[in-house]
Amino acid sequence: MDRTTILSELKKVLAPYTEDKEMLNGINENTDLIKDLKINSANLVDIIIDAESQYNIEIDFDAAEKMYNVGNCIDIISEKLNPTV
Amino acid sequence: MSNRVVITGLGVVSPNGVGIPDFLNAIQNGISGIQFIPEYEDLKFNCQVAGQPNFEWDQLRNYITETSLYGLKGKGIAYGIKAALDAWMDAGNPIYREETLWETGCVFGSSVADTDVIKTAITRVDARESKKLGSRVVEQIMNSGITAYISGRLGLGNKIINNSAACATGTQAIFMGYEYIKYGMAKRMVVGSSEYVDRYVFGGFDSMRVLSRKFNDRPGQASRPMSLSAGGFVPGSGAGAFVLEDLDFALRRGATIYAEVLGGSTNSGGQRNGGTMTAPSSAGVIRCIQESIADAGISAADIDLVSGHLTATIADKLEIQNWTDALKRKGDNFPLVNSLKSMIGHCLSAAGSIEAVAAVLQIKHNFAHANINLEDPNPEILALTGANNLPVTKVDREINVVAKANFGFGDVNSCLIISKYNN
Repeated sequence: MDRTTILSELKKVLAPYTEDKEMLNGINENTDLIKDLKINSANLVDIIIDAESQYNIEIDFDAAEKMYNVGNCIDIISEKLNPTV
Repeated sequence: MSNRVVITGLGVVSPNGVGIPDFLNAIQNGISGIQFIPEYEDLKFNCQVAGQPNFEWDQLRNYITETSLYGLKGKGIAYGIKAALDAWMDAGNPIYREETLWETGCVFGSSVADTDVIKTAITRVDARESKKLGSRVVEQIMNSGITAYISGRLGLGNKIINNSAACATGTQAIFMGYEYIKYGMAKRMVVGSSEYVDRYVFGGFDSMRVLSRKFNDRPGQASRPMSLSAGGFVPGSGAGAFVLEDLDFALRRGATIYAEVLGGSTNSGGQRNGGTMTAPSSAGVIRCIQESIADAGISAADIDLVSGHLTATIADKLEIQNWTDALKRKGDNFPLVNSLKSMIGHCLSAAGSIEAVAAVLQIKHNFAHANINLEDPNPEILALTGANNLPVTKVDREINVVAKANFGFGDVNSCLIISKYNN
Protein backbone atom coordinates (compact mmCIF):
# COMPACT_ATOMS: atom_id res chain seq x y z
CA MET A 1 0.00 0.00 0.00
CA ASP A 2 1.57 3.31 -1.04
CA ARG A 3 1.52 6.53 0.97
CA THR A 4 -1.23 8.13 -1.12
CA THR A 5 -3.54 5.16 -0.57
CA ILE A 6 -2.78 5.10 3.15
CA LEU A 7 -3.50 8.84 3.36
CA SER A 8 -6.86 8.52 1.66
CA GLU A 9 -7.86 5.65 3.96
CA LEU A 10 -6.56 7.57 6.96
CA LYS A 11 -9.08 10.31 6.17
CA LYS A 12 -11.87 7.82 6.85
CA VAL A 13 -10.28 6.81 10.15
CA LEU A 14 -9.93 10.45 11.25
CA ALA A 15 -13.39 11.57 10.08
CA PRO A 16 -15.41 10.78 13.24
CA TYR A 17 -12.95 12.70 15.41
CA THR A 18 -12.82 16.10 13.73
CA GLU A 19 -15.53 18.71 13.27
CA ASP A 20 -13.59 20.40 10.47
CA LYS A 21 -14.49 18.27 7.45
CA GLU A 22 -13.09 20.85 5.03
CA MET A 23 -9.68 20.74 6.67
CA LEU A 24 -9.90 16.94 6.68
CA ASN A 25 -10.48 16.85 2.93
CA GLY A 26 -7.36 18.92 2.34
CA ILE A 27 -4.95 17.14 4.69
CA ASN A 28 -1.37 16.54 3.67
CA GLU A 29 1.60 14.91 5.39
CA ASN A 30 2.27 18.05 7.47
CA THR A 31 -1.27 18.33 8.91
CA ASP A 32 -1.14 18.20 12.73
CA LEU A 33 -3.95 16.14 14.25
CA ILE A 34 -4.41 18.31 17.32
CA LYS A 35 -3.42 21.78 16.11
CA ASP A 36 -4.90 21.68 12.61
CA LEU A 37 -7.72 19.15 12.78
CA LYS A 38 -8.57 20.20 16.38
CA ILE A 39 -8.87 16.58 17.47
CA ASN A 40 -9.22 16.12 21.22
CA SER A 41 -5.97 14.62 22.45
CA ALA A 42 -7.88 11.90 24.34
CA ASN A 43 -9.26 10.72 20.98
CA LEU A 44 -5.77 9.87 19.65
CA VAL A 45 -6.24 6.58 21.49
CA ASP A 46 -9.44 5.91 19.56
CA ILE A 47 -7.74 6.77 16.26
CA ILE A 48 -5.01 4.24 17.01
CA ILE A 49 -7.59 1.57 17.89
CA ASP A 50 -9.50 2.30 14.67
CA ALA A 51 -6.30 2.31 12.59
CA GLU A 52 -5.29 -1.03 14.07
CA SER A 53 -8.57 -2.53 13.00
CA GLN A 54 -8.67 -0.75 9.62
CA TYR A 55 -5.18 -1.96 8.57
CA ASN A 56 -5.14 -5.14 10.66
CA ILE A 57 -1.93 -4.13 12.42
CA GLU A 58 -0.77 -3.62 16.00
CA ILE A 59 0.54 -0.26 17.05
CA ASP A 60 2.61 -0.37 20.24
CA PHE A 61 2.89 2.43 22.82
CA ASP A 62 6.18 3.77 21.49
CA ALA A 63 4.91 3.96 17.92
CA ALA A 64 1.59 5.49 19.04
CA GLU A 65 3.37 8.38 20.73
CA LYS A 66 4.81 9.44 17.38
CA MET A 67 1.42 9.67 15.66
CA TYR A 68 0.76 13.38 16.06
CA ASN A 69 0.71 14.43 12.42
CA VAL A 70 -0.50 12.81 9.20
CA GLY A 71 3.01 12.09 7.91
CA ASN A 72 3.98 10.31 11.14
CA CYS A 73 0.79 8.27 11.04
CA ILE A 74 1.55 7.17 7.49
CA ASP A 75 5.15 6.31 8.51
CA ILE A 76 3.96 4.06 11.33
CA ILE A 77 1.17 2.41 9.36
CA SER A 78 3.34 1.79 6.35
CA GLU A 79 6.13 0.39 8.56
CA LYS A 80 3.70 -2.04 10.21
CA LEU A 81 2.17 -3.04 6.86
CA ASN A 82 5.56 -3.58 5.22
CA PRO A 83 7.89 -4.50 8.06
CA THR A 84 10.82 -5.37 5.78
CA VAL A 85 10.86 -2.08 3.85
CA MET B 1 -29.74 36.75 52.45
CA SER B 2 -32.52 35.06 50.55
CA ASN B 3 -33.43 35.30 46.87
CA ARG B 4 -36.57 34.29 45.03
CA VAL B 5 -36.09 31.41 42.60
CA VAL B 6 -38.05 31.13 39.38
CA ILE B 7 -38.36 28.50 36.66
CA THR B 8 -37.52 29.87 33.21
CA GLY B 9 -36.97 26.76 31.12
CA LEU B 10 -38.38 23.23 30.86
CA GLY B 11 -37.22 20.11 29.06
CA VAL B 12 -38.53 16.56 29.13
CA VAL B 13 -37.89 13.13 27.67
CA SER B 14 -40.87 11.11 28.85
CA PRO B 15 -42.30 7.73 27.85
CA ASN B 16 -45.46 9.55 26.74
CA GLY B 17 -43.82 12.51 25.02
CA VAL B 18 -40.41 13.85 24.08
CA GLY B 19 -40.31 17.65 24.23
CA ILE B 20 -42.73 19.96 26.05
CA PRO B 21 -45.49 20.25 23.38
CA ASP B 22 -45.90 16.47 23.01
CA PHE B 23 -45.65 15.89 26.75
CA LEU B 24 -48.21 18.59 27.53
CA ASN B 25 -50.59 17.07 25.01
CA ALA B 26 -50.06 13.61 26.53
CA ILE B 27 -50.72 14.64 30.13
CA GLN B 28 -53.75 16.72 29.13
CA ASN B 29 -55.24 13.77 27.29
CA GLY B 30 -54.20 10.96 29.62
CA ILE B 31 -51.97 9.24 27.07
CA SER B 32 -50.07 6.23 28.39
CA GLY B 33 -46.44 5.66 27.48
CA ILE B 34 -46.35 2.07 28.75
CA GLN B 35 -45.56 -0.64 26.20
CA PHE B 36 -45.11 -4.40 26.08
CA ILE B 37 -41.38 -5.20 25.79
CA PRO B 38 -40.85 -8.52 23.93
CA GLU B 39 -37.28 -8.75 25.27
CA TYR B 40 -38.66 -8.93 28.81
CA GLU B 41 -40.84 -11.89 27.90
CA ASP B 42 -37.76 -13.59 26.48
CA LEU B 43 -35.86 -12.84 29.70
CA LYS B 44 -38.66 -14.47 31.72
CA PHE B 45 -39.35 -11.33 33.71
CA ASN B 46 -42.62 -11.33 35.63
CA CYS B 47 -43.21 -7.76 34.52
CA GLN B 48 -43.02 -7.41 30.74
CA VAL B 49 -44.13 -3.81 30.32
CA ALA B 50 -42.20 -0.57 30.70
CA GLY B 51 -42.22 3.12 29.88
CA GLN B 52 -39.61 3.94 27.27
CA PRO B 53 -39.32 7.32 25.58
CA ASN B 54 -39.48 7.52 21.82
CA PHE B 55 -35.86 8.61 21.61
CA GLU B 56 -33.57 8.38 18.58
CA TRP B 57 -29.87 9.23 18.71
CA ASP B 58 -30.44 11.59 15.81
CA GLN B 59 -32.40 13.87 18.15
CA LEU B 60 -29.05 14.89 19.66
CA ARG B 61 -27.53 15.85 16.33
CA ASN B 62 -27.82 19.60 16.81
CA TYR B 63 -27.32 19.41 20.57
CA ILE B 64 -23.75 18.15 20.92
CA THR B 65 -20.88 18.08 18.45
CA GLU B 66 -20.70 15.27 15.92
CA THR B 67 -17.46 14.05 17.44
CA SER B 68 -19.07 13.95 20.88
CA LEU B 69 -22.16 12.14 19.57
CA TYR B 70 -19.93 9.59 17.84
CA GLY B 71 -19.10 7.08 20.56
CA LEU B 72 -21.84 8.17 22.96
CA LYS B 73 -23.67 4.99 23.97
CA GLY B 74 -25.12 5.80 27.39
CA LYS B 75 -28.86 6.33 27.07
CA GLY B 76 -29.28 7.87 30.52
CA ILE B 77 -26.73 10.49 29.55
CA ALA B 78 -28.42 10.99 26.19
CA TYR B 79 -31.87 11.56 27.76
CA GLY B 80 -30.34 13.99 30.23
CA ILE B 81 -28.54 15.99 27.55
CA LYS B 82 -31.74 16.27 25.52
CA ALA B 83 -33.89 17.41 28.46
CA ALA B 84 -31.28 19.80 29.90
CA LEU B 85 -30.42 21.46 26.60
CA ASP B 86 -34.11 21.76 25.68
CA ALA B 87 -34.69 23.52 29.01
CA TRP B 88 -31.68 25.76 28.37
CA MET B 89 -32.96 26.76 24.91
CA ASP B 90 -36.51 27.11 26.25
CA ALA B 91 -35.10 29.67 28.68
CA GLY B 92 -33.87 31.67 25.68
CA ASN B 93 -30.20 30.70 25.69
CA PRO B 94 -27.96 29.60 22.82
CA ILE B 95 -26.43 26.16 23.43
CA TYR B 96 -22.87 27.23 22.78
CA ARG B 97 -21.06 30.30 24.07
CA GLU B 98 -17.33 30.89 23.93
CA GLU B 99 -17.01 31.97 27.59
CA THR B 100 -17.47 30.13 30.88
CA LEU B 101 -20.69 31.06 32.71
CA TRP B 102 -19.38 31.38 36.26
CA GLU B 103 -22.78 32.33 37.72
CA THR B 104 -24.51 29.19 36.34
CA GLY B 105 -24.18 25.65 37.72
CA CYS B 106 -25.78 22.25 37.32
CA VAL B 107 -27.25 19.65 39.67
CA PHE B 108 -28.30 16.65 37.63
CA GLY B 109 -29.11 13.31 39.19
CA SER B 110 -28.95 9.68 38.16
CA SER B 111 -29.13 6.33 39.90
CA VAL B 112 -26.77 3.95 38.10
CA ALA B 113 -24.20 4.64 35.43
CA ASP B 114 -25.15 3.06 32.14
CA THR B 115 -24.80 -0.70 32.53
CA ASP B 116 -24.86 -1.26 28.75
CA VAL B 117 -21.63 0.73 28.59
CA ILE B 118 -20.30 -1.02 31.69
CA LYS B 119 -21.15 -4.37 30.10
CA THR B 120 -19.06 -3.53 27.04
CA ALA B 121 -16.16 -2.68 29.31
CA ILE B 122 -16.57 -5.88 31.32
CA THR B 123 -16.74 -8.04 28.19
CA ARG B 124 -13.64 -6.45 26.64
CA VAL B 125 -11.57 -6.53 29.80
CA ASP B 126 -12.48 -10.15 30.57
CA ALA B 127 -11.49 -11.07 27.00
CA ARG B 128 -8.08 -9.45 27.70
CA GLU B 129 -8.88 -6.70 25.19
CA SER B 130 -8.83 -3.67 27.49
CA LYS B 131 -6.57 -2.03 24.92
CA LYS B 132 -9.59 -1.73 22.62
CA LEU B 133 -11.84 0.10 25.06
CA GLY B 134 -10.88 3.55 23.81
CA SER B 135 -11.29 6.95 25.37
CA ARG B 136 -15.06 7.15 25.72
CA VAL B 137 -15.79 4.51 28.34
CA VAL B 138 -14.73 6.24 31.55
CA GLU B 139 -16.71 9.42 30.88
CA GLN B 140 -19.86 7.35 30.37
CA ILE B 141 -19.57 4.97 33.30
CA MET B 142 -18.70 7.62 35.85
CA ASN B 143 -21.81 8.73 37.73
CA SER B 144 -21.00 12.35 36.94
CA GLY B 145 -20.97 11.61 33.19
CA ILE B 146 -24.34 13.29 32.82
CA THR B 147 -23.26 16.55 34.52
CA ALA B 148 -19.94 16.49 32.65
CA TYR B 149 -21.70 16.38 29.28
CA ILE B 150 -24.28 19.05 30.15
CA SER B 151 -21.96 21.52 31.84
CA GLY B 152 -19.26 21.06 29.22
CA ARG B 153 -21.60 21.75 26.35
CA LEU B 154 -23.13 24.81 27.99
CA GLY B 155 -19.90 26.12 29.51
CA LEU B 156 -21.24 26.16 33.08
CA GLY B 157 -18.74 27.29 35.70
CA ASN B 158 -20.59 27.26 39.04
CA LYS B 159 -21.29 24.16 41.16
CA ILE B 160 -21.48 21.01 39.02
CA ILE B 161 -22.99 18.19 41.08
CA ASN B 162 -24.33 14.74 40.25
CA ASN B 163 -26.76 13.79 43.00
CA SER B 164 -28.24 10.40 43.75
CA ALA B 165 -31.05 9.64 46.19
CA ALA B 166 -32.87 6.72 44.55
CA CYS B 167 -36.44 7.68 43.62
CA ALA B 168 -36.08 11.04 45.40
CA THR B 169 -33.20 12.06 43.11
CA GLY B 170 -35.11 14.33 40.74
CA THR B 171 -36.90 16.45 43.32
CA GLN B 172 -33.70 16.57 45.34
CA ALA B 173 -31.73 17.93 42.35
CA ILE B 174 -34.27 20.71 41.86
CA PHE B 175 -34.25 21.46 45.58
CA MET B 176 -30.44 21.67 45.67
CA GLY B 177 -30.34 24.08 42.74
CA TYR B 178 -33.07 26.15 44.39
CA GLU B 179 -31.06 26.39 47.62
CA TYR B 180 -27.88 27.51 45.87
CA ILE B 181 -29.75 30.37 44.21
CA LYS B 182 -31.83 31.21 47.27
CA TYR B 183 -28.71 31.62 49.40
CA GLY B 184 -26.79 33.57 46.76
CA MET B 185 -24.27 30.92 45.75
CA ALA B 186 -25.39 30.87 42.12
CA LYS B 187 -27.57 33.01 39.86
CA ARG B 188 -28.79 30.24 37.64
CA MET B 189 -28.84 26.41 37.83
CA VAL B 190 -29.65 23.75 35.27
CA VAL B 191 -31.30 21.01 37.35
CA GLY B 192 -33.00 17.69 36.76
CA SER B 193 -32.33 14.00 36.51
CA SER B 194 -32.33 11.09 34.13
CA GLU B 195 -32.83 7.35 34.21
CA TYR B 196 -32.30 4.57 31.73
CA VAL B 197 -33.72 1.34 33.12
CA ASP B 198 -31.73 -1.36 31.38
CA ARG B 199 -32.46 -5.09 31.67
CA TYR B 200 -30.15 -5.53 34.68
CA VAL B 201 -31.72 -2.81 36.80
CA PHE B 202 -35.16 -4.01 35.69
CA GLY B 203 -34.27 -7.58 36.66
CA GLY B 204 -33.30 -6.49 40.15
CA PHE B 205 -36.68 -4.88 40.76
CA ASP B 206 -38.49 -7.78 39.09
CA SER B 207 -36.85 -10.17 41.54
CA MET B 208 -38.07 -8.04 44.47
CA ARG B 209 -41.65 -8.76 43.31
CA VAL B 210 -42.55 -5.09 43.43
CA LEU B 211 -43.42 -4.77 39.73
CA SER B 212 -46.75 -5.02 37.94
CA ARG B 213 -47.23 -8.50 36.46
CA LYS B 214 -50.95 -9.00 35.77
CA PHE B 215 -51.31 -6.54 32.92
CA ASN B 216 -48.61 -7.70 30.50
CA ASP B 217 -51.29 -8.12 27.82
CA ARG B 218 -52.76 -4.66 28.52
CA PRO B 219 -49.72 -2.40 28.90
CA GLY B 220 -51.68 0.87 28.97
CA GLN B 221 -53.55 -0.35 32.05
CA ALA B 222 -50.55 -1.77 33.89
CA SER B 223 -49.70 1.26 36.03
CA ARG B 224 -52.57 1.74 38.49
CA PRO B 225 -51.62 3.99 41.41
CA MET B 226 -54.14 4.19 44.28
CA SER B 227 -56.37 1.49 42.82
CA LEU B 228 -57.50 -1.70 44.50
CA SER B 229 -56.03 -3.66 41.60
CA ALA B 230 -52.63 -1.94 41.88
CA GLY B 231 -50.17 -4.80 41.82
CA GLY B 232 -46.77 -3.17 41.65
CA PHE B 233 -45.06 -0.44 39.71
CA VAL B 234 -44.06 -0.26 36.05
CA PRO B 235 -40.46 0.89 35.50
CA GLY B 236 -39.95 3.86 33.21
CA SER B 237 -37.04 5.71 31.65
CA GLY B 238 -36.51 9.33 30.70
CA ALA B 239 -35.35 12.69 31.96
CA GLY B 240 -36.73 16.01 33.11
CA ALA B 241 -34.96 19.35 33.46
CA PHE B 242 -35.49 22.91 34.67
CA VAL B 243 -33.58 26.12 34.33
CA LEU B 244 -33.85 27.84 37.72
CA GLU B 245 -32.90 31.50 38.07
CA ASP B 246 -32.57 34.17 40.66
CA LEU B 247 -35.66 36.32 40.08
CA ASP B 248 -33.71 39.58 39.56
CA PHE B 249 -31.30 37.85 37.19
CA ALA B 250 -34.24 36.48 35.19
CA LEU B 251 -36.04 39.83 35.08
CA ARG B 252 -32.89 41.67 33.99
CA ARG B 253 -32.51 39.46 30.95
CA GLY B 254 -36.24 39.59 30.20
CA ALA B 255 -36.77 35.86 30.68
CA THR B 256 -40.21 34.24 30.46
CA ILE B 257 -41.15 32.91 33.89
CA TYR B 258 -43.14 29.67 34.13
CA ALA B 259 -43.49 29.46 37.91
CA GLU B 260 -41.67 29.99 41.19
CA VAL B 261 -40.08 27.45 43.50
CA LEU B 262 -41.34 28.68 46.87
CA GLY B 263 -39.65 26.11 49.06
CA GLY B 264 -38.69 22.55 49.66
CA SER B 265 -36.87 20.05 51.78
CA THR B 266 -34.88 16.88 51.52
CA ASN B 267 -34.36 14.60 54.52
CA SER B 268 -34.39 11.04 55.75
CA GLY B 269 -36.31 9.13 58.37
CA GLY B 270 -32.99 7.58 59.35
CA GLN B 271 -34.40 4.08 58.81
CA ARG B 272 -35.98 4.30 62.27
CA ASN B 273 -39.64 4.27 63.41
CA GLY B 274 -40.79 1.94 60.65
CA GLY B 275 -38.37 3.29 58.07
CA THR B 276 -36.12 0.68 56.44
CA MET B 277 -33.91 0.38 53.38
CA THR B 278 -37.04 0.01 51.25
CA ALA B 279 -39.87 1.53 53.32
CA PRO B 280 -40.29 5.17 54.34
CA SER B 281 -40.69 6.24 57.92
CA SER B 282 -43.88 8.27 58.24
CA ALA B 283 -42.16 10.61 60.68
CA GLY B 284 -39.51 11.46 58.05
CA VAL B 285 -42.05 11.93 55.26
CA ILE B 286 -44.33 14.15 57.35
CA ARG B 287 -41.40 16.23 58.54
CA CYS B 288 -40.14 16.67 54.95
CA ILE B 289 -43.55 17.89 53.72
CA GLN B 290 -44.02 20.21 56.71
CA GLU B 291 -40.50 21.65 56.38
CA SER B 292 -41.22 22.39 52.71
CA ILE B 293 -44.40 24.26 53.59
CA ALA B 294 -42.57 26.25 56.26
CA ASP B 295 -39.68 27.00 53.88
CA ALA B 296 -42.21 28.23 51.30
CA GLY B 297 -43.87 30.49 53.86
CA ILE B 298 -47.33 29.23 52.96
CA SER B 299 -50.05 27.38 54.82
CA ALA B 300 -51.03 23.78 54.04
CA ALA B 301 -54.44 25.17 53.12
CA ASP B 302 -52.86 26.98 50.14
CA ILE B 303 -51.98 23.74 48.34
CA ASP B 304 -54.24 23.11 45.35
CA LEU B 305 -52.67 19.92 44.07
CA VAL B 306 -50.53 17.14 45.49
CA SER B 307 -48.34 15.51 42.87
CA GLY B 308 -47.63 12.34 44.76
CA HIS B 309 -44.95 9.70 44.62
CA LEU B 310 -47.75 7.07 44.40
CA THR B 311 -46.10 4.21 42.54
CA ALA B 312 -48.98 1.67 42.52
CA THR B 313 -47.76 -0.53 45.36
CA ILE B 314 -49.23 -1.16 48.80
CA ALA B 315 -47.27 1.92 49.94
CA ASP B 316 -49.79 4.25 48.22
CA LYS B 317 -52.19 4.08 51.14
CA LEU B 318 -49.47 4.87 53.66
CA GLU B 319 -48.34 7.78 51.50
CA ILE B 320 -51.83 9.29 51.40
CA GLN B 321 -52.10 8.79 55.16
CA ASN B 322 -48.80 10.68 55.54
CA TRP B 323 -50.04 13.54 53.35
CA THR B 324 -53.25 13.89 55.39
CA ASP B 325 -51.21 13.93 58.61
CA ALA B 326 -48.65 16.39 57.23
CA LEU B 327 -51.23 18.80 55.75
CA LYS B 328 -53.83 18.26 58.48
CA ARG B 329 -56.39 18.14 55.69
CA LYS B 330 -58.75 15.28 55.00
CA GLY B 331 -61.82 14.26 53.01
CA ASP B 332 -63.40 17.00 50.89
CA ASN B 333 -60.93 19.47 52.40
CA PHE B 334 -58.01 17.51 50.93
CA PRO B 335 -56.31 18.94 47.81
CA LEU B 336 -56.53 17.26 44.41
CA VAL B 337 -54.09 14.36 44.14
CA ASN B 338 -52.60 12.85 41.02
CA SER B 339 -49.85 10.47 40.02
CA LEU B 340 -48.18 10.87 36.66
CA LYS B 341 -46.95 7.31 37.11
CA SER B 342 -50.38 6.14 35.94
CA MET B 343 -49.28 7.26 32.45
CA ILE B 344 -45.51 6.83 32.38
CA GLY B 345 -44.71 4.35 35.13
CA HIS B 346 -42.07 4.94 37.75
CA CYS B 347 -39.04 6.59 36.19
CA LEU B 348 -36.96 6.03 39.37
CA SER B 349 -34.35 8.78 39.60
CA ALA B 350 -36.02 10.65 36.73
CA ALA B 351 -39.48 10.42 38.35
CA GLY B 352 -39.16 13.62 40.38
CA SER B 353 -37.91 15.78 37.55
CA ILE B 354 -40.42 14.56 34.94
CA GLU B 355 -43.27 14.86 37.45
CA ALA B 356 -42.07 18.33 38.46
CA VAL B 357 -42.16 19.39 34.79
CA ALA B 358 -45.77 18.13 34.73
CA ALA B 359 -46.48 20.10 37.93
CA VAL B 360 -45.24 23.32 36.33
CA LEU B 361 -47.30 22.71 33.19
CA GLN B 362 -50.42 22.13 35.33
CA ILE B 363 -49.77 25.46 37.09
CA LYS B 364 -49.14 27.28 33.82
CA HIS B 365 -52.16 25.83 32.00
CA ASN B 366 -54.49 25.55 35.02
CA PHE B 367 -55.42 21.90 35.07
CA ALA B 368 -54.91 18.74 37.09
CA HIS B 369 -54.10 15.76 34.87
CA ALA B 370 -56.09 12.56 35.20
CA ASN B 371 -55.12 9.53 37.21
CA ILE B 372 -55.63 7.11 34.36
CA ASN B 373 -56.57 3.50 35.19
CA LEU B 374 -58.18 4.55 38.48
CA GLU B 375 -61.32 2.52 37.80
CA ASP B 376 -61.34 0.91 41.22
CA PRO B 377 -59.91 3.37 43.75
CA ASN B 378 -58.78 1.83 47.02
CA PRO B 379 -61.62 2.60 49.48
CA GLU B 380 -59.14 3.23 52.29
CA ILE B 381 -57.51 5.93 50.15
CA LEU B 382 -60.89 7.38 49.16
CA ALA B 383 -61.81 7.62 52.85
CA LEU B 384 -58.81 9.88 53.37
CA THR B 385 -58.98 12.02 50.23
CA GLY B 386 -62.72 12.26 49.72
CA ALA B 387 -64.36 11.10 46.50
CA ASN B 388 -63.82 14.27 44.49
CA ASN B 389 -60.09 14.77 44.87
CA LEU B 390 -58.81 11.90 42.76
CA PRO B 391 -59.44 13.08 39.19
CA VAL B 392 -59.99 10.32 36.64
CA THR B 393 -60.35 12.83 33.84
CA LYS B 394 -58.57 16.15 33.41
CA VAL B 395 -59.86 18.83 35.80
CA ASP B 396 -59.74 22.40 34.51
CA ARG B 397 -59.24 24.55 37.55
CA GLU B 398 -56.94 27.33 38.65
CA ILE B 399 -53.84 25.67 40.08
CA ASN B 400 -51.71 28.09 42.08
CA VAL B 401 -49.67 25.89 44.39
CA VAL B 402 -48.46 22.31 43.89
CA ALA B 403 -46.71 20.13 46.45
CA LYS B 404 -44.47 17.62 44.64
CA ALA B 405 -42.80 14.88 46.65
CA ASN B 406 -40.83 11.71 46.04
CA PHE B 407 -39.58 9.05 48.44
CA GLY B 408 -36.74 6.65 47.81
CA PHE B 409 -34.86 3.56 48.95
CA GLY B 410 -32.69 4.36 51.93
CA ASP B 411 -35.65 6.19 53.54
CA VAL B 412 -34.84 9.44 51.73
CA ASN B 413 -37.47 12.07 50.99
CA SER B 414 -37.65 15.20 48.87
CA CYS B 415 -40.47 17.71 48.54
CA LEU B 416 -40.96 20.91 46.56
CA ILE B 417 -43.56 23.66 46.78
CA ILE B 418 -44.05 25.21 43.33
CA SER B 419 -46.39 28.14 42.73
CA LYS B 420 -47.55 30.57 40.09
CA TYR B 421 -45.20 33.50 39.83
CA ASN B 422 -46.84 36.58 41.30
CA ASN B 423 -44.78 39.78 41.10
